[in-house]
Amino acid sequence: MTFDLSQLPDGGVGWLDASGESADIVLSSRVRLARNIEGYAFAGRARDGERLRVLTQVRDAFSRISTTTDGVLVRVDQLSSLDRVLLHERHVVSKELAGLDTQSGGAREPKSGAAVHVGRSYAVMVNEEDHLRIQTMRSGLDLGRSFEEARQLDEELGAKVPFAFHREFGFLTACPTNVGTGLRASVLIHLPALVLTKEIGRVLAGLQQVGLTYRGLYGEGSEVIGNFFQISNQTTLGRSEQELLEYLESVVRHVIEKEIEARRVLVRDAGYIIEDKLWRAYGTLRYARSLTFDEAMNFLSGVRLAVGLKLISGLSVYTLNKLLIFSQSAHLSSIEGRMLTEDEANVVRAAFVRDTLDRTGE
Amino acid sequence: MLCDVCKENDVVITLTEIDGDGVRQVRLCERCAAERGMQTAVATPKPQIGTFLQSVHQQVTPAVGDAARCPFCSSTLRDFRQTGRVGCAQCYAAFESSLRELLRRVQGSSRHMGRAYTGPTDAEMLVAGTVSQLRERLERAIATEQFELAATLRDQLRGME
Repeated sequence: MTFDLSQLPDGGVGWLDASGESADIVLSSRVRLARNIEGYAFAGRARDGERLRVLTQVRDAFSRISTTTDGVLVRVDQLSSLDRVLLHERHVVSKELAGLDTQSGGAREPKSGAAVHVGRSYAVMVNEEDHLRIQTMRSGLDLGRSFEEARQLDEELGAKVPFAFHREFGFLTACPTNVGTGLRASVLIHLPALVLTKEIGRVLAGLQQVGLTYRGLYGEGSEVIGNFFQISNQTTLGRSEQELLEYLESVVRHVIEKEIEARRVLVRDAGYIIEDKLWRAYGTLRYARSLTFDEAMNFLSGVRLAVGLKLISGLSVYTLNKLLIFSQSAHLSSIEGRMLTEDEANVVRAAFVRDTLDRTGE
Repeated sequence: MLCDVCKENDVVITLTEIDGDGVRQVRLCERCAAERGMQTAVATPKPQIGTFLQSVHQQVTPAVGDAARCPFCSSTLRDFRQTGRVGCAQCYAAFESSLRELLRRVQGSSRHMGRAYTGPTDAEMLVAGTVSQLRERLERAIATEQFELAATLRDQLRGME
């Protein structure tokens, strides 16, 4: 089955539009609620038949709730591997759901019944580690609205299918680190100045001390690329959803202040060095003939900082956000209409970045 | 008595199937019944009594050994230690005290302070059951090319949705 990404409302990337608060520093705010349905083993231990039953029940529930009229259900287990990578690159599905989470590099298939219901700003994964992973995403720092949407989906779905709930422990999940609220709220934040001033180590250690955690661009188990960090709550029990969100938001605001301060210090103490570095990044992106993904991410990080410092004008954060997603390998392969080798992808990537910047640059 | 299908868990439901030649009885455990779309009393959204009874049982026999099995998915605590993942919702009742201790250790608390949850109403479960049955009959009707029946079923489904 081949899949047309244009079927997705907003192409599944409405959150890239840089319309939210502090959007030049915070790329997105995401909320995820983990839920399981009574009467079936959790997805990891479930038999094929159980996972398919779960999918049927979830599909029926979706057809009878009001908030998701714009959504489409995508059977991930019936997609080609390119399409699965595409959905993962769009942050719509996790590596695990897409059957891409292999250590050895060999291809693995998604589990039967793996699916995702995608709408304008939400994606509900079915049969990931938990039966349901309700996720919502918003541009910029906007945990409140992101949670509000997730809560509404959660309440509507939970009124149609019975969720596994324990009177003391709360919502039950496959991994004990998600039990209780099942809530993982995270903020994808760009911290280049803290990295350049080498203060990032202290900031990250501080996060862990106050019970938060950080990950890379693609969440759990992913590396930090392009100075993007995903900051999220670590515990899900013992506090209400509201408390967890407010706490995360207050710490993130503090980190944003630190980043802004570091930017001020950079400009003050190393003005021309920084300016030179950022213009070189921009120059490379404008003229390079081959770019690896990591290179592109690092130079884009520099250009993003330059736009934030108002060194470069006429280039929008929205364009930079789109480059982040669309210069990934599966997206380039999809534009070219065939599977690209790594070397080919590097050449196509450089051309794609050049074209985009030519069209919008100064 | 063990389930006719998985031969692992106790029978909770006996299903009488009628086919051309005669009547056949299949004895199923809760999990195999759920897999075939049958909600048994234990699998319905009111597990409170079951959970309560299990927790009482738990208090009587607090020590759960590594070899003890969850009555629903037959996972053991050893399975959990190996994978880091709990097998099913009922494992939380079966291994309640061990998991409570673990939650306190990794989460700092075992008490849910978030939103309360009551589950779908009985009426809703009835509709959901009917919808999924109708959908299954519709799929079968299409597969066996009974298109008139399929059209009727589709109209009924639309009416319910």
